[in-house]
Amino acid sequence: MKKLISDNSSFLGLIFIGLIILSAALAPLLTSYDPSAQDLTQRLLPPSFAHIFGTDDLGRDVFSRIIYGSRVSMTVGFFAVIMTLIIGATLGIVSGYFGGWIDSVLMRFTDIMLCFPTFFLILLIIAFFEPSIVNVMIVIGLTSWTGLARIVRSEVLSVREREFILASQMLAVSKKRLFFVHILPNIISPIIVYCAVGIGSAILTESGLSFLGLGVQPPTSSWGQILSGGKDYIYSAWWLSVFPGVIILFTVLSFNLIGETLRDIFDPKERV
Amino acid sequence: MLSYVSRRLLYSIPIIIGITLITFFIMYWTPGKPTDVSMELNPKISAEAKERLLKLYGLDKPVYEQYWNWLRRIAVLDFGNSFKDGIPVISKIAQRLPATLLLNFLSLGFIFIGATLIGVVCAVKKGGFWDRFLTFLVFLGFSTPSFWAALILMIVFGLWLGWLPISGIVSFRFYELSTLGKVLDLTKHLILPVFVSSIASLAALSRYVRSSLMDTLKQDYIKTAYAKGLSQKDVVFGHALKNALLPLITILCLSIPGLIGGSFIIETIFSYPGMGRLGYEAIIARDYPVIMGIGIISAFLTLAGNIAADILYAVADPRIRYK
Repeated sequence: MKKLISDNSSFLGLIFIGLIILSAALAPLLTSYDPSAQDLTQRLLPPSFAHIFGTDDLGRDVFSRIIYGSRVSMTVGFFAVIMTLIIGATLGIVSGYFGGWIDSVLMRFTDIMLCFPTFFLILLIIAFFEPSIVNVMIVIGLTSWTGLARIVRSEVLSVREREFILASQMLAVSKKRLFFVHILPNIISPIIVYCAVGIGSAILTESGLSFLGLGVQPPTSSWGQILSGGKDYIYSAWWLSVFPGVIILFTVLSFNLIGETLRDIFDPKERV
Repeated sequence: MLSYVSRRLLYSIPIIIGITLITFFIMYWTPGKPTDVSMELNPKISAEAKERLLKLYGLDKPVYEQYWNWLRRIAVLDFGNSFKDGIPVISKIAQRLPATLLLNFLSLGFIFIGATLIGVVCAVKKGGFWDRFLTFLVFLGFSTPSFWAALILMIVFGLWLGWLPISGIVSFRFYELSTLGKVLDLTKHLILPVFVSSIASLAALSRYVRSSLMDTLKQDYIKTAYAKGLSQKDVVFGHALKNALLPLITILCLSIPGLIGGSFIIETIFSYPGMGRLGYEAIIARDYPVIMGIGIISAFLTLAGNIAADILYAVADPRIRYK
């Protein structure tokens, strides 16, 4: 944690994400506008003191839509990664730990899933079930575990061959203890890195889906959805496209920077 | 070598079966039947007519029989006809595929060259200004929503500067142009889509080249090369880069599904007449045969890419073949 703060870029990332989470939690205190209150007399106003990010085509305040939208985007990011983690880490651990035919079957399944373009699968499932926040989270989780499963598997495989594991096996340590005390702590770092980066990419996927109209449904606002509304006015009302886009960019960037610093911290080879 | 290739091909058989199984069952389990479209449109449809329709599509048979029949048809590339206009799916895809392949091959080339250049500069100037600056750009690229980048670039280059067209693949007056004019026109239309679809992979791969090259530069044979009195340029490009780029073959191919997946959103934004936009439109219209056809075709393209990667890798690195 100390290293994470002492590194300039990840420190900025942490601060930015902290701000986003704080504003999501304190949304009603930060803005007096209701994010879905329409005011047709205030349509498409450029940024001003009254509306710092301007208003959209229905006269809604863009700033409060972004603030309230951060609740949706962050929730989707975190829960999608938890889903990914549960599926990917479990499959990877089972595959690497048990080996044999279980490993072959699970890895062939992973290979098959890797052949499908993820975004196509997500679009497909979302379009056929109902587009909603919960479905978006589930589908992102269900389709993006393959990379994690592979990483975890190879980590388990390499840890399993190390001398201290053999030594504890000789000491007749129980399988449960062997796994939780000796193997898990040694494979946890790549998982944490994957999660940091994964939240960012889940937020990107959600915004892409909402942009195509297949993600979070109105009147709930999410960042991608504000962008989607803005694309029809891109030539006349730039603020509808620029502000939410920049917020998505900085949020994802923050998660990536944190992930990169974590990678450096965990990987002593690069520390020189 | 031959035995390696044949082993690799044999190994892909279960994958092919898996791809077809997953495509089939996604469509089987999603709510709504393919016949719903024609049934809903006709409120007066009788019970017998409904049954006849189900029979026509073979939906009254048990699931394994449905799968088998479907498999037999797709084995000869018969994906059925589009629900929307009755045109055979395969000819719809065949019409759109070249544009998507063109976009993706150009993107792959751009990613490869761009990632190599950025990676080399970063690794050689490690810790210096250019390393930091390019790393910053790379992270920015990796974090940008591609559809947003597309919108912004469309405003800047299409509207403000007026340098590049913002939609389609050729101009209206394409067929009146000379050969050179045609090439120029096509290039102008492709610049933005290729750039936007490459950003994310370009960023990820350049990081990879950077760390791979940095590892290679620490090897003993590099010291030997320097000791022989070779210049840095000769060492990096003549000795180190070849080895550092080997794993890139695999990683480049792994980015194919991402590119194809990305083309669904990018082709839609740029109104690009490729398979991705066809797929998006089919999903919105619930055009089942088209969706299944595109799913299978994209998965097979990826698989072919993976096989090609493994074989290329084995050609480039003889150590692989004997493992």
